[in-house]
Amino acid sequence: MQDFEIWMFIAVFQEMLGWAIWPIAALCVAATLALGMVLLRDRRLVAPRLLRAELLGLLGGLAAVAAMFAITSSWPGDMGGPIDWLLAIGIFVAGGLGTAIAAYAVAGLFARRGTVTTPGV
Amino acid sequence: MALPPSTLNRRSLLAAAAALGLAPAVPASGQAPLRTPARILIIGAGAAGLAAASRLVQRLDGAEITLIDRRREHLYQPGLTLVAAGLKDAGYVLSATRDYISGRVTLIEDVAAEIDPVGRSVTTEGGRRVAYDYLIVATGLHLDYAAIEGMDVARIGRDGLGSVYAGAEQAAATWRAMSDFADRGGTGLFLRPATEMKCAGAPLKYAFLTDDILRRRGNRGKAELVYNAHNRALFSVPIVSEKLRMLYADRGIRVNHEHVLRAIDPGRRIATFRTPQGDQELGYDFINVVPPMRAPAVVRNSPLAWQTGPFAADGWAEVDRGTLRHARFPEVFCVGDVAGVPKGKTAASVKWQVPVAVDHLIATIEGRESPARYNGYTSCPMITRIGRAMLVEFDYNDNLVPSFPGVIAPLEELWITWIIKEVGLKPTYLAMLRGRA
Repeated sequence: MQDFEIWMFIAVFQEMLGWAIWPIAALCVAATLALGMVLLRDRRLVAPRLLRAELLGLLGGLAAVAAMFAITSSWPGDMGGPIDWLLAIGIFVAGGLGTAIAAYAVAGLFARRGTVTTPGV
Repeated sequence: MALPPSTLNRRSLLAAAAALGLAPAVPASGQAPLRTPARILIIGAGAAGLAAASRLVQRLDGAEITLIDRRREHLYQPGLTLVAAGLKDAGYVLSATRDYISGRVTLIEDVAAEIDPVGRSVTTEGGRRVAYDYLIVATGLHLDYAAIEGMDVARIGRDGLGSVYAGAEQAAATWRAMSDFADRGGTGLFLRPATEMKCAGAPLKYAFLTDDILRRRGNRGKAELVYNAHNRALFSVPIVSEKLRMLYADRGIRVNHEHVLRAIDPGRRIATFRTPQGDQELGYDFINVVPPMRAPAVVRNSPLAWQTGPFAADGWAEVDRGTLRHARFPEVFCVGDVAGVPKGKTAASVKWQVPVAVDHLIATIEGRESPARYNGYTSCPMITRIGRAMLVEFDYNDNLVPSFPGVIAPLEELWITWIIKEVGLKPTYLAMLRGRA
């Protein structure tokens, strides 16, 4: 039964995104795996890289909310109740986290080893 | 009542699914397909017919499933309002019928002309006779434009004449007429027929959308909007009707009660309404005509139609409202718009009706009783302006049945409900056609 419900949601997302669902899913998995690899390799979070990833995450979150408004022909003035604000926050957090994870992982993969291991940097 | 923790998560998931019209009315059995040589005939490849065919394919093995419909294009009707509001183009609501039909279903591209439920056969316009063991009638309904004296569908889009329902091109033409009106102002007339109709919220939404577009163009002060209700209410569910009364008052949309469109003169832009005081002529600069709706002739003139009662005049199919099984021919099920049940001529109703009817059909083959019941659930994302809507969900008894109690208030204008309508509804609908939602 649980499986059935999950497949139902996947079916809806497949209809929503068409062929793009699989590249998007692959991108999400790749970013997560890359983050895991970088963390295992470095054995710590690199503060400057994290800060830059977080700043990009902020932009990513804003872009996600802006994209939702654009796609749905709406604007912030259409938010009418607390649930609307919660939804906007949810979209911001999802967009922000996704961007931050991808940004940190990509920066980590391309970082020079010396930069990573320098203490306090 | 407190729910045990183990069911709370599942309930939350189901609530989310239900708001998108996803939640299953019939639990998935998880069983292997039933082997049967039954001949199952489905008339109509609209939302109900396609969804029924897909579900039967999933649950049966060896059955001979045949679908009769001549239309090659499938029309996503819930999207017509968005097309007529200039938010989507006509292509948004069109797709190919064959895209949703399994290879295990035989499609006869013809029109059902005669149903013989005694002899268990259907004859097509092309003269082909198709015998069946079980019949699913999903013909949809007939838009009776001819019942409005002077109405000419070919003129939709010109002379301020709009009609959202007639099809994708007509919805796009209606947008052009409404957009011209929004530039110039004048009198806009909105209405609904006195018959049963599909998505009774659609004409109300369109008045809201016209009001919004006038405001966006700074021309609301130049326009008078009038909604002509066929009876004393704006909506069949009293609590929703009262909310709409307040919103219309807020937006300055005047309401005439007991006004039913009888005739139209598109050249002079005059609409004639039947009222308790006699005919009344109203001039207009823009009008959204919603025609009377009846069962298609193939059902209306068959033994399947109601013989007495409120559904008899327009020939709706006489079914049990809980099971969708025909009252006199137990091997016949009628789903979707053609079903003679109170409420329920929406895609959301189809979502809930089809699994019930299919489960009863399969239970009959198996020789068991099905516990599945359709409670009249239907849903209407009532758009109140571009960017906001109310998620109105109700049942046969006029009860509000919100999918997110305490989270998405049914009578509140919300952005989240607009997003459900704009982003979530079409993919859910298409997944339903494929039997995957």
